[in-house]
Amino acid sequence: MKQYLIDTYIALKTVLIGMKITFRHLFIPSVTIQYPDEKPSLPERARNRLYVNIDDCIGCDQCSRACPVSCITIETVKSLPTENLGTTSQGKKKLLWVTKFDIDISKCCFCSLCVYPCPTDCIKMTDVYEYSEYERNNLIFNFSALTPEEVVEKKANFEKMQAEKAAQKTVKPTENK
Amino acid sequence: MYEIITNLFGNKVIAYSITALLPLLLFILPFAIVAVYLERKISAHMQDRLGPMRVGYHGILQTVADILKLIQKEDITAEGNDKFLFNLAPVLVFAGSYAVFAAIPFTSVYIGTNTDLGLFYIVAVSGIVVAGILMAGWASNNKYSLLGSMRSVAQIVSYEIPTALVILTIVMLSGTLNLNTLADIQTQYFWNWYIFGGPGLGIDKFLLLPFMIIGFIIIFISTLAEVNRTPFDIPEAESELVAGFHTEYSGMKFAMFFLAEYANMFAVSAIIVSIFFGGYHSPIGYLGNTIGFSWLVPIEQVFWFISKGMIFIFIQMWLRWTLPRLRVDQLMTLCWKYLIPYAFVNLIIVGLINLLK
Repeated sequence: MKQYLIDTYIALKTVLIGMKITFRHLFIPSVTIQYPDEKPSLPERARNRLYVNIDDCIGCDQCSRACPVSCITIETVKSLPTENLGTTSQGKKKLLWVTKFDIDISKCCFCSLCVYPCPTDCIKMTDVYEYSEYERNNLIFNFSALTPEEVVEKKANFEKMQAEKAAQKTVKPTENK
Repeated sequence: MYEIITNLFGNKVIAYSITALLPLLLFILPFAIVAVYLERKISAHMQDRLGPMRVGYHGILQTVADILKLIQKEDITAEGNDKFLFNLAPVLVFAGSYAVFAAIPFTSVYIGTNTDLGLFYIVAVSGIVVAGILMAGWASNNKYSLLGSMRSVAQIVSYEIPTALVILTIVMLSGTLNLNTLADIQTQYFWNWYIFGGPGLGIDKFLLLPFMIIGFIIIFISTLAEVNRTPFDIPEAESELVAGFHTEYSGMKFAMFFLAEYANMFAVSAIIVSIFFGGYHSPIGYLGNTIGFSWLVPIEQVFWFISKGMIFIFIQMWLRWTLPRLRVDQLMTLCWKYLIPYAFVNLIIVGLINLLK
């Protein structure tokens, strides 16, 4: 009988303790971040979508070689000696046409290993994380500044120059003889 | 009220129909909309969330949008269902909870039926809900639904006993089953409420006080179980029975169950308010009487009745987000081993005090 009354008392008391806790939580500000309206601030060195500043790129292919999942594809064409490609922002002379600079971001593992070897600091991790697409192919980002026609033109130029060089080489030995 | 409408239309049938529909259109539907919104908001804030925030200012139109969605939904009746009972069950459940509103006095002016058997009628008619729930579970032809409805029936039938015993305590003190008279006994000021020992300022008032509080706790717990709210929601326990007896229902039939649940919540709160907290009477006197506008009094009475009811609705929601669900055996233990003995002892003691005063 005594235990019965004690049980009743404990039951009521514990229910009231629980109610006190939940009532206090009624006035605690919520922890919800209403995502599209307000965004959480990312850490300073957050690694999200890759960005390439193609104006600074010298086409050295080091990022592509560093990538553990091979998501970066770079194709370059040598420029003609007469062409001036300008310099990077750090003053390095550009010698190669970057005809293709594709990053397949769906393969990217955000390891940031491509960022460190870049001699001109042109590839970097940004804090953009909203880039979902309906088509998987849309996740391959093309950073190359050249249009397809220009690419064809540069390649043709290069081949012409090669052919000329080859012609010169084949001509020269005959003169020597 | 009834006379006014009879005079207005000159026909008793129309007047009856209108008086019968008034609480549904004026109160239950808006109340259900508000209560669902409140439930979601209160639960959210108790868990440090925000709840609905998108539809309207702070999601205030969320329930309206939900209702629009429910109306558009396909009304599915599965192959194995008992079609007749399946369609009848939600109507019966809603009718049961709606019928209770006939005897609930919102003001001194408007009562559906001012019957002398008010409390008895309420206790009796709420039993229809049991039949409706069992019907829903059986007709669904689904083991979880049947399990849920069987639990529900066991629970409601058991918990009607402590409810009735506490109501009996008050009936014994007041000598009336009429809810209107019951409210009139506890007139005007809050120290006349039965929770504080009833009207009069004798020694018996102070003797009765603790037993009235015990009675209130008992009736609150048992009515909570009767309307299948957490912590007594084992009939519709999401984590074990999908949704209990209304698993197979969709669209408007599901909405009927939902409406019945919220109507029931207010109905039991109204019973508690009527018998313990002075019914529709104001706790601090009427503004209308003070400044001489007697037509203001009924409006104030509606305000006080609904406010008191809403406080209990809030406590019900508060408890829902505080306590975990009881097991079936714990549920029955609480009812038969704790509430009923306490209610009985309470009844006897209050009877003795009433006799000896």
